Amino acid sequence: MNVLGIHIAVELIQIVVAVVAFLAFIGVNVLVLVLMERKVAGRFQRRPGPYEVGPHGSLQTLADAVKMMAKELHTPRGADKVLFWAAPIVTFAPVVVSFMPIPFGPKYLTGWEVNLGVVLILAFASLGVFGICLAGWSSNNKWSLIGAARAVAQSVAYEIPLLLSVLAIAFQVGSLNLSEITAGQGSWPWQWNVAVQPLAFFIFVVSMLGETNRAPFDLPEAESELTAGFHTEYSGMGFGLFFMAEYAAMVVVCSVGTVLFLGGWKGPVFDGPWWFLAKVYGLLFVMMWFRWTFPRVRFDQLLNINWKWLTPLALLNLLAVAFLVKVV
Amino acid sequence: MVTGSDGKEHAELGKSPSPGLFREIRKALEGLWSLVVGLGVTGNQFYRPAVTVHYPRQTVDNLSTYRGPVELVPSDKDPDTSKCILCGMCAQTCPSGCIEIESHQEEEPDAPEAEGKAAAAGGDAAEGEKKAPPKRKKKIKVMDKYLLKFHLCSLCGQCVQVCPASALRFSHEVYLAGTSRSDFEFDLLARLRAQRRGGTGSNPGRGGSG
Amino acid sequence: MRPEEAFRTLSGDFYTRSLQPGPTEDTLILNMGPQHPSTHGVLRIVLELDGEYIVRAEPVLGYIHRMHEKMGEVKTFAQYLPNMGRVDYLHALAWNWAYVGAVEKLCGIEVSERAEYIRVITAEMNRISSHFVWWGAYLLDLGAFTPIMYAFDDREWLLDLLQIVTGSRLTYCYFRFGGVSDDVTPEFIEGTFRWCERMRSRLPMYKALVTDNIILRKRCEEIGPIDLDMARRYGATGPVLRGSGVAYDVRRAEPYSVYDRFHFEIPVGKAGGDAMDRYLVRMAEMEQSLNIIEQALRRLPPGPVMHEKAPKRLKAPKGEAYFAVEGARGKIGVHLVSDGGKNPYRVKLRAPGFSNLSLFSELARGVLLADAVSILGSLDLVIPEIDR
Repeated sequence: MNVLGIHIAVELIQIVVAVVAFLAFIGVNVLVLVLMERKVAGRFQRRPGPYEVGPHGSLQTLADAVKMMAKELHTPRGADKVLFWAAPIVTFAPVVVSFMPIPFGPKYLTGWEVNLGVVLILAFASLGVFGICLAGWSSNNKWSLIGAARAVAQSVAYEIPLLLSVLAIAFQVGSLNLSEITAGQGSWPWQWNVAVQPLAFFIFVVSMLGETNRAPFDLPEAESELTAGFHTEYSGMGFGLFFMAEYAAMVVVCSVGTVLFLGGWKGPVFDGPWWFLAKVYGLLFVMMWFRWTFPRVRFDQLLNINWKWLTPLALLNLLAVAFLVKVV
Repeated sequence: MVTGSDGKEHAELGKSPSPGLFREIRKALEGLWSLVVGLGVTGNQFYRPAVTVHYPRQTVDNLSTYRGPVELVPSDKDPDTSKCILCGMCAQTCPSGCIEIESHQEEEPDAPEAEGKAAAAGGDAAEGEKKAPPKRKKKIKVMDKYLLKFHLCSLCGQCVQVCPASALRFSHEVYLAGTSRSDFEFDLLARLRAQRRGGTGSNPGRGGSG
Repeated sequence: MRPEEAFRTLSGDFYTRSLQPGPTEDTLILNMGPQHPSTHGVLRIVLELDGEYIVRAEPVLGYIHRMHEKMGEVKTFAQYLPNMGRVDYLHALAWNWAYVGAVEKLCGIEVSERAEYIRVITAEMNRISSHFVWWGAYLLDLGAFTPIMYAFDDREWLLDLLQIVTGSRLTYCYFRFGGVSDDVTPEFIEGTFRWCERMRSRLPMYKALVTDNIILRKRCEEIGPIDLDMARRYGATGPVLRGSGVAYDVRRAEPYSVYDRFHFEIPVGKAGGDAMDRYLVRMAEMEQSLNIIEQALRRLPPGPVMHEKAPKRLKAPKGEAYFAVEGARGKIGVHLVSDGGKNPYRVKLRAPGFSNLSLFSELARGVLLADAVSILGSLDLVIPEIDR
């Protein structure tokens, strides 16, 4: 066996272990996040939130998960069976892979060190959109179709400012490797990238909401208009996979935001994965805060915001950064 | 900006776009500020306590004015019976037809302090001089059951209002739960007697919490 | 069976099948409702969509037709009172008032003065609670999940106050021929004064959270403009009409009860009023209702709550009477025809929502689906009132 073969084998084992670990991480995170969302929503609305299942409702999500798994997997009449059941998997799988390049902590807490970490995450985010498209089409339901069309247009549109704002940081740091970007930031908030590029952070946050279909950009799942958008016809675990994919995507984009702008796992004292998680959950709380405050943006206004405001701003930002990096 | 023929304003063509652009940017910034203000409002509410009443750990405290199912008012003379004079007005007035009264006729008892209508004949017993022929015993109506089909009742209050003897009033029970329709067919006379014995006789199956 | 027959049986019912294909071939025929989170009640709208744009919209009614007008013919005058609370349960006291007013007009029954004031106070409080539900539900349609909770918090206070005096929280059966059924208590009066103060301090919060919010403004401004001609053609009343600049309020135009003794303004929108104008009109109406309540409470005269000459048993003469009140949704009218018997001969209920809904068909042409939801919300429809 040559060295290269061993190297490849070790990498493969590392990837497999990482995938399994991230599946578990996503599972636990979704459990916590769904409960957090409902409790946070309750607090904003001056009510308790889930309370009965487990102490203060802490086992609520577990009960919901068990319920979802026990439900009948029903395929609507006239639906394309293969596409219908492939859609949740196609939506969920790329999210797991997106976790790989993210550095959770200083040394070995990265799934897979990749020099093009950022590009990998963005590429797999686009794959998720494909799953939504399949879901809407194969459901044999007009409402799902409309929801899927909206979701695809929205996700594709919001990737552009997302990419541009990420590129601004990459220009500044000179690398697409997330660990290097973390290493380039200091421990204190004024040493993080957000202090250097607040505009890019703002664009990133808005595109983050648009990319993950979260309010105020949640038209594809607009409950009050389309009943449930592209996942109307899914029951049980099919819906469960979409649900998990949505929350996992939220965690991914918040992690990317933390790494790029908020200093990753660095903190004033005791660097480590706890700072990372704290910052990710802080960003997630902000996302939830937005959801429970604002009404929904209409679809054409949503695209307007993107094409007329975010993209030009992001381009200008990029130009400015490029200029400053070259000249200064 | 010029006013067009349809009364709406349009941007003039040929003019420099900058003033429009600045206005757009200003509007956008004002809009963003309004979003921040909105976030401030919900953020403020986040720290305040819940306004909901966490049933069953807490219960509401303003039931004393609530229109619950009707109940019979006990008579002053015999608290096991009600003031009802069995005229049937309530059953006639009820829009939903949920009241049914069962009664039978009885001879009036001898006691001089017999109640209600029989009191009118009681005056004769006091006079001892005139030898009146023995009175025919008056027939009075006695209530057997006062059936209220609460699942039909709309709590309109017509029965309470129209009763000439003020024998009906609203109770304040809200903790009524049952598993079948017949659980909500109350016999108000039985409930009155059960209340007197202690326990409200309210929920079939619950201890009754008054 | 032949393919075309199979198509007819499998897809669509009478309404969708009879919708002739529109101008373009690629339109989608869709049912919004009757089970839909945004149609407030069981309203079904058959939509023909071209992408996201609505080509045609036709409301289909009747899913909650409960035959209230028929019930009016088989119940006695007094027995019909609880029905009125159920027609439009959100502003039940206005419907109570319209019916009781029609009977009093027909039979020549006078109302005691204290009862008139109490009627004004409770009906205006009910109007505010109805506007709260409208506000919360409208924002819920537009995707904001918290304002409805804040609105219902305020509304709970209001319902508790109304419970003290009427005994009920939603479907009130409080008015009687000649007055009201129970008197107000000092607890109620004091509580209402306190509540009015609290409301005035909460309204700025609603403005900051929602009315000034740019997202809401973008969803409401220039959506569903109703010009004067359209409003007149369809007989729109209430905030729908006032949002288009017409200051027509039944309390001012055809004063009933003691409304002519109170000072209140009639908020109007601009000509060609859009959804934002109707929104602002309703928010301003809530404030004006607060004014009326405070004035009425201060000037509440002593006396009985039922007029001395109010008959115990109603004897209705032959004849007819029409009585209109200003409901939260518009002009509520009850036309009562009696032939001298125990029951009315005919009770015609004029629901403002019916006329307001008929606007929708014309308003929704060429708008986006999301805007149609916004328009429906701004019309403040309660389908049970429309179907009766």
